[in-house]
Amino acid sequence: MACAMLSIPASAESPGATPVLSLSGLSVTFDTPQGPLRAVQEVTLSVSRGECLGVVGESGAGKSQLFLGVLGLLAANGRAAGSARLDGQEILGLPAAALDRVRGARVGMVFQDPMTSLTPHLTVGEQLIEVLRRHGRLTRAAARERAQTLLERVHVSDAARRLAQYPHELSGGMRQRVMIAIALAGEPQLLIADEPTTSLDVTIQAQILALFAELKRTRALGLVLITHDLAALAGVADRVAVLRHGRLIECGPVAAVLKAPRDPYTRALLRDAEPGGGVPPAASAAVDAPRPPERTAALTLTDLGVQYDIRRGWLGAAARLDALTAVNLTLRAGEALGVVGESGSGKSTLARAALRLLEASSGRVVWMGRELAALPARELRGLRRDLQIIFQDPLGSLDPRMTVAEIVAEPLRVHERSLDAGSRGAAVTAALARVGLSPGLADRYPHELSGGQCQRVGIARAMVLGPRLLVCDEPVSALDVPTQQQVITLLAELRESSGLALLFISHNLALVRRLCERVLVLYLGRMMELAPTATLFAAPRHPYSRELLAAIPVADPDIQPARLARVRVGEPPSPLSPPSGCVYRTSCAQAGAVCAERVPEWEEPGAGEGIACHRWREIS
Amino acid sequence: MSEVALVARRGLWSDARRRLRGNRAAAAALVLLAAIALAALMAPALSPWGYDSLDWQHLAQPPSLTAAHWLGTDRLGRDLLVRTLHGVRLSLLLAVLASAVSLLIGVLWGAVAGLAGGRIDGAMMRFVDVLYSLPYLFVVIILTTLFTRGSLMVLALALAAVGWLTTARIVRAQTLALKRREFIEAARALGVPPHSILVRHVVPNVLGQVAVYATLIVPQMILFESFLSFLGLGVQEPQASLGNLIFAGAQEMESAPWMVLVPAITLVLLLLCLNLFGDGLRDAFDPRER
Repeated sequence: MACAMLSIPASAESPGATPVLSLSGLSVTFDTPQGPLRAVQEVTLSVSRGECLGVVGESGAGKSQLFLGVLGLLAANGRAAGSARLDGQEILGLPAAALDRVRGARVGMVFQDPMTSLTPHLTVGEQLIEVLRRHGRLTRAAARERAQTLLERVHVSDAARRLAQYPHELSGGMRQRVMIAIALAGEPQLLIADEPTTSLDVTIQAQILALFAELKRTRALGLVLITHDLAALAGVADRVAVLRHGRLIECGPVAAVLKAPRDPYTRALLRDAEPGGGVPPAASAAVDAPRPPERTAALTLTDLGVQYDIRRGWLGAAARLDALTAVNLTLRAGEALGVVGESGSGKSTLARAALRLLEASSGRVVWMGRELAALPARELRGLRRDLQIIFQDPLGSLDPRMTVAEIVAEPLRVHERSLDAGSRGAAVTAALARVGLSPGLADRYPHELSGGQCQRVGIARAMVLGPRLLVCDEPVSALDVPTQQQVITLLAELRESSGLALLFISHNLALVRRLCERVLVLYLGRMMELAPTATLFAAPRHPYSRELLAAIPVADPDIQPARLARVRVGEPPSPLSPPSGCVYRTSCAQAGAVCAERVPEWEEPGAGEGIACHRWREIS
Repeated sequence: MSEVALVARRGLWSDARRRLRGNRAAAAALVLLAAIALAALMAPALSPWGYDSLDWQHLAQPPSLTAAHWLGTDRLGRDLLVRTLHGVRLSLLLAVLASAVSLLIGVLWGAVAGLAGGRIDGAMMRFVDVLYSLPYLFVVIILTTLFTRGSLMVLALALAAVGWLTTARIVRAQTLALKRREFIEAARALGVPPHSILVRHVVPNVLGQVAVYATLIVPQMILFESFLSFLGLGVQEPQASLGNLIFAGAQEMESAPWMVLVPAITLVLLLLCLNLFGDGLRDAFDPRER
C-alpha cells in the first residue's frame, strides 16, 4: 500500500513541498538458516520538511528495520530493495563512504537507549565537539560554543557544566536530550527517532515529546517518530503510518487515523493506548463492590527506611543516599495496592525491602503478625512460599540453563520436598495451564520463548505454591502493549480466583488503574499520596499526583498538543542532596515558603488514605 | 525475528556446535588433535619398540621411512616416534589432570567468593592475590624437591597450584555479574538455600566460559610441564615427556638435529591445535558471532 504525501491535503501545506525522504516499494529481507525472512514488504511513504511522520506497530512489525534498511545499517544478513530518495537522491545501495556522509550530516538518528548510544568514557562535550568538528571544520573553541548552544536548544539545564560531565552522571531524560543534540549537530534535513521515549518515565516522556514538537516547528526538518504507542504520537505527528508484519496497513493524517481508523488492527492499537486499556477495568468491579472492611492486615510496614552509604574511593567520605524514607503502609489480605512514581522514587527498593530481599536500615516489616527482620534465615526461607515476586525483566528472571519445567518446579523442590517426580510434574503442568501456557513448552529454554511467554513462566513459578502475597515489580514494562494487556488480565484473573494480595509496582498509571484498589504515590523515596484508585484519578490531591496524571499521553490529536505545550521542563533533584522541607517543592508549581521549611506531615483525610503536602487543602 | 526463534529449536550448546563446525580451522584442529591423542594412546600396542627399549643396531639413526625407525633413534637407540608419542601421552595426561584439579578448585573458590561477597569475598580473594605474588617457579621447585622428584602426582599438584588462581578470578568476576541478574534474586525470593543457588544457578551458568578457558589452560599446562622437564625438575629419564625429549635433543642439536626437531614439532603442532580449537570454542560460545 502506498502512502503518498500528495493525496493528503494536510501535509501538502507543509513548508517544503518536495519530500525530504521518499520511499517506494521498500523491502527488507534477512537471510536466516530457515530461509529468507521478509521483515518489511513493499512500503511506500514520504516525509516533508517541517512534518512529523509517526510510524507505529508492535514489536516485530518491521518499523525499525525499515529505517535501518534505508540508512544501510542492517545486520550482516539483511538487505534492502526498492527505492529510497533523500532530497531526490537515491541513497539505497550507495557505497559505504557516501552513506557515512549521508548519516549524521543529512540524517540524524536517536535511539531508544540513550546510555548505550553514548560512549561511557568521553564527556558529553567531547562527544558533541567530535561530531561538530567532523561536519563543520570548526576550531575547538567554536565547536565548544556551538555544542553549548545545541544543548541549550534541546533545553539541557546548566549546559556549560553538562559539557564536562560523563554520560553516567546524567539522568535518562538528560541523556536522551544529549542524543538529540548530537543528532542535530550536522544540521540534518531529516531526524529519525526510534522509540526515543520508551525507556523513560511518563513525565520525562512528555518533556521529550514536547521537545520533538518544538523542533519540528522551529527547525523545519523532517521528523520520523517510530513508536509502539499511538498516544505518544498524538501531540507530535502530522501523519501516521501503521505497520503490521512488515506491511503498511494504514496511513493518513493523524486526526483521521486516530479518530476514524479504517483498519481493525489500528483500532486495536488505539484501544490499547487509551488509559484504562479499553478492556473493562478489572479493578473497578473490585473497587465498587462493597468489601468487608474488617479484612485483616496482611503486610504492615512501619517507618520503613533504606539508606545506602556511597563511598567515593577507598578513603573518601561516605555520602548517605536515602532510597526510601519513613514508609508506613498496611496491605490488607486480598488487596491490590499500586505503587507509582518515577525511576529513582524508591519503588523497587520498597518491593525488595518489604520481602527482606534487601535489609532495611530502619523500621519494621510485619507479615501476618511475624516480624521478618527478627526471623532466622531458615524460618524466613520457609515463609517465602507465601511471599512471591515477579520481576521487570521477563527473560533475565529465568535461569538460562533451565527448562521451563525445571524453573516452575524449583519452588516445589524447595518447599514440597516430599513430592515425587510424577506429582511434581503434574503440579507444573497445572501451573502452566493456569497462566495459559501449553504443556508443550515445558521442555523449552527461556530464550526460545517470547517476552510475554517468559513473564507467564515467571508468574507460574510465583503461583505454583499458592502464595498469599504477590509483589509485581514493573512486571510488564519490558513487554509490548498487546502483551502487557494479556499479562495484566492474567494477573487480575489470578487475583480474583485465589484471593492473593498484590503489591503492584509500575510507572504506568493506566495499568495501575486497571488492577489496583488503592494507589501509593512515591517521590524521592517518600510517600506523597495514598488514595483509592478512583479518587486518585478523579480528584488527585497532591500536586505531584496531578503532574503524573497530566503527563499521560492521550490518543487525541485535538487535545494532546495543548497538553504537551503545558509540560514543564525539569528533573527530579538528586537523592544524594534532596531539597529541604518537602522534597517535591523544587518541581512544584504550588510551592510556598512553608514547603522549604518543614517536611509536610502525613495527614489522613479518610481511612486508608493519606497525603503529605502543606497546601493540599488550599489548592484543591 | 521472533518467528524464526519459534520455528527452530536453538540452544546455547547446539548453536555453539553449529558455529564450531562452520569454523574450518577449529574443526581441522580438533580432528588432528584427536588423531594425535589416539596415536599416543595406541602407541605401545602399535609399535614393536617400547619407550625404553634399546636397539643397539641403530644408534642415533636419522629419520627414514624405509628404516626400522621412521623418525629415527636417539643416542641409545631408542625409537623417537615411540618416545615422542609416550611424551605426548604423559604431557597430555599431566595437563588434563592439572587443568581438571585447578578448574575444580578455581570454580568453587571463585563462585563461593563471588556469591558470599563482603568480608568473605575480600579474604578469599586477598589469599589469591598473595599466592599470585609468590614467584610461582620457586613454589613449584620447592614442591618438586620436597617430594619425590618426577612423581606424576606431585607434578600435577604443582601445576594445579598455579593454575587455579586465574580460574578463581575469572569465575568470581562472572559470579559477580550473575549475582546482579534477576534470576538469582528470583531464586533467593523463592527461598532457595545459598548452597543450592551456588550449585544449581551459579555454577551451570559459568561453565560455558570455564569450558572455553579450559581449552586454553591445557596448552599452558603442557608448555609449563615441558619447561619444568627441560629444567630437569619434571619427568625423569627413562620416562619420556615432550620437555625432557627436547632437552635431551637440544644437547645433540649440532650432530643429530632430528632428535630435537621431532618432539619440538610435535609440541608446536599440539599447542597450535589446542589454541585453534580453544579460539574456535570461544567464538562459538559468543552469541554475537551468530
